Amino acid sequence: MDSTALVAVENLSRYYQKYCAIDQLSFSLQAGEVLGFLGPNGAGKSTTMQVITGNLAPSEGRVIINGFDIIESPRQAKQHMGYLPEHPPIYREATVDEYLKYCAKLRRIEHGSIANAMEESKSHCGLLEVGHRLIANLSKGYQQRVGIAQAIIHNPAVVILDEPTVGLDPIQIREIRSLIKTLGADRSVILSTHILSEVQASCDRVLIIREGKLIYSASIETLKNYRNKHSITAAFSNPPPIEQLEAIGLIEQVESIDNNRFRLSFKSDSPAESLVQASVKKKWGLFELVPDHTSLEDLFIELTQDENAGVDSAEAEG
Amino acid sequence: MIFTIARREIITMFLSPLAWVILGVIQVVLGFMFLSLLDNYAILQPQLMRLENTPGVTDIVVAPLFQLAAIILLMIMPLITMRTFAEEKRNKTLTLLISSPLSMTEIVLGKFLGLFLFVFFLVSLLMLMPLSLYMGTALDTGRLVSIYLSMLLLLGSFAAIGLYLSSLTDNQTIAAVSTFGALLMLWIIDWVGETAGGGQNVAAYLSILRHHQRMLEGVFNFSDLAYYLILITTFLVLTIRRLDRDRLL
Repeated sequence: MDSTALVAVENLSRYYQKYCAIDQLSFSLQAGEVLGFLGPNGAGKSTTMQVITGNLAPSEGRVIINGFDIIESPRQAKQHMGYLPEHPPIYREATVDEYLKYCAKLRRIEHGSIANAMEESKSHCGLLEVGHRLIANLSKGYQQRVGIAQAIIHNPAVVILDEPTVGLDPIQIREIRSLIKTLGADRSVILSTHILSEVQASCDRVLIIREGKLIYSASIETLKNYRNKHSITAAFSNPPPIEQLEAIGLIEQVESIDNNRFRLSFKSDSPAESLVQASVKKKWGLFELVPDHTSLEDLFIELTQDENAGVDSAEAEG
Repeated sequence: MIFTIARREIITMFLSPLAWVILGVIQVVLGFMFLSLLDNYAILQPQLMRLENTPGVTDIVVAPLFQLAAIILLMIMPLITMRTFAEEKRNKTLTLLISSPLSMTEIVLGKFLGLFLFVFFLVSLLMLMPLSLYMGTALDTGRLVSIYLSMLLLLGSFAAIGLYLSSLTDNQTIAAVSTFGALLMLWIIDWVGETAGGGQNVAAYLSILRHHQRMLEGVFNFSDLAYYLILITTFLVLTIRRLDRDRLL
């Protein structure tokens, strides 16, 4: 754990009576980084978020936010942190402006700069037109945005978002994701989710936890590469015999899927180009050529279900 | 910070119809009692004139009125205090306060101040009734001040107890019922003194309405003041500790 980290979590454990929700969790977050916190339901994501934000006390370990311990100097630590819990903490009977003003005061923003801070966070979250409306009358997506607006109104160094896109429609999800991207430009963000595409869309680095333990930590690039299997699927209207395919350079093994389709495995470089050339020359009628992926879902399931997976996780610091 | 939370508390109270209904109902009921007490006084007045130490309108109308007010408010206060923490817990909005750079003490004091300002408003409205008598007669001003102060301290204690019991649960009904039970117990605890011999003094001291009774009579005693202040402080500290403990569970 280096001292320059904005958020440093050290050997954090949390027990509910005997049940262990987080087990010796350690990670750190650098300035300007978007960290995806990934895990199946009940893995301890929300508990971790709550401990980091001071809503729950840790059983063991420390949380340092921008140099301040959340237990020893909670006020300073919380000043540097914005938190959107799983259920946005909004007062339904207030208007957006009233609510954000209240939040600004709670975060000790000086009286003179409250209007500015409100304006900025509203424009960030696309709330400029709904400022005078009652929060209760807003759609779920807008309520979520109000929740994000309160988390960033005091311009914190760290923004912690717990499942910000749950229950939103695809367009709203896309909007929230692009908002997270914007936030990540000048702040550090911790994003907890169980939706993999979300991590892929917005994060620089990903942590996967299962049953309270960290089982995988890597940059998103590593994760993407990890996904690429070394095989492609090719379909021909006029399929050649398997031996001819095997004869093309770089191809290791050919497997027939149906009459027209073949799965071609290779080692390092893709044989796609030579395959296309061969097909043109010999009139095989290539009409489909798709690189195979393990989907992130497969990887996730593999990691979160297989007991031994990720024990020596690919440590790659972004 | 405390004022910010208190202000929000007041606004929330008046945004729901509950506060208005409570204020309205109390005014109507006590207004009716006030009028019938006044009627009584008008009938009794000729006989009272003959007495040596004539009890005034303050004794016959104002003090009984606020004795009744205390009992009615004992039933009403739980409805005012029940939502303070229970509602925030149920709606998960307490997270907003806890994740903000505030101490638990500030949160609890803010909530209490909000309740107290409401109580202040309520008692001030009620005081208008006796004050209206100034139009026709003279009143014992010192005693009125004592009554006013007593009402504030009494309802402040009710508020502190209600605040604590509201912090124990996320169910407003449970908060209201348990607060009502606690307040009722504090009222009737001196009944034990009438039957059992020992502990009579302790039970009498603990009974909240005895202190109220004395201050209504215009007797201002530091032991009464201490009683109220200790009660309020105890329950506020308990609430702070309770919220702190919630994070450990």
